[in-house]
Amino acid sequence: MKPWRRKGARLVAGFEQQEAAVLRGLVSQMEDMLKARADEAPQDELSELTGIKAGPSTAPDDPVLARLLPDFHRFDPDQPAQEDMDSAAALRSLHEPELLDAKLGVAEVVMETLGPEGGEVRLSLEQADAWLSAINDVRLALGTALDVSEDMPDELPEDDPRAAHIGVYHWLTYLQENLVQAMSG
Amino acid sequence: MSMPAADEQTQVEPASDELGAADRPWQTVVWNDPVNLMSYVTYVFQKLFGYSHEHATKLMLDVHHKGKAIVSSGSKEKVEGDVSRLHAAGLWATMQKAS
Repeated sequence: MKPWRRKGARLVAGFEQQEAAVLRGLVSQMEDMLKARADEAPQDELSELTGIKAGPSTAPDDPVLARLLPDFHRFDPDQPAQEDMDSAAALRSLHEPELLDAKLGVAEVVMETLGPEGGEVRLSLEQADAWLSAINDVRLALGTALDVSEDMPDELPEDDPRAAHIGVYHWLTYLQENLVQAMSG
Repeated sequence: MSMPAADEQTQVEPASDELGAADRPWQTVVWNDPVNLMSYVTYVFQKLFGYSHEHATKLMLDVHHKGKAIVSSGSKEKVEGDVSRLHAAGLWATMQKAS
């Protein structure tokens, strides 16, 4: 890939076809997960009437979705305070629909600006912000699925089932770090 | 964002020692996690809260070394909004009553 460069109010990079396929594939998988979660939201006449969506009140069972859609409070796992649990349920129900919309929105910006064949990508600063959030979401999803830790080596032993995927994770890390630096520079 | 000047004169801050549990401010807490990049976390603090690079870096380093940092505080509504925006950016944020 040709790394991100800032040109005035634009961020420009070049992607190989294979790189575009990997990134689009991961973003699209994440979109499917988020849409499936959005479809689980309770449907009722009131929300149809007002257009205000209410989300589910419990955290996703899937650890990847749970990381993308965190609780508003942190509990003591052994003795969670009932008040905190009730509050977290209410806040999730209130805010999860807009969080899903935000994450689907930034994912869509990547899908719209990165063609299936790769090539040059030119972003406004606003689109670049969306890319940063979307790449971060994909790294969170992949990082949770691969159970990455802070002292994760660059390469895993061959018999580690995660070995084949860790290269993609590190590439996404590079892609994000490079974009942050280009935007800050 | 700044408050209009007219409002500032009518606002009275209660003395902190008179605050009961119901009046204690809320805090936004960001927790360390193994995925989020230090540069990105600093960038998010600057963008969402308008903090200087120096202050945002200090908060990021607190998250990294101490496991968490309080990044903003205020009314329940304000902190709720801050947590929502941090979740949209992919940071692990929660809210709590100041102790």
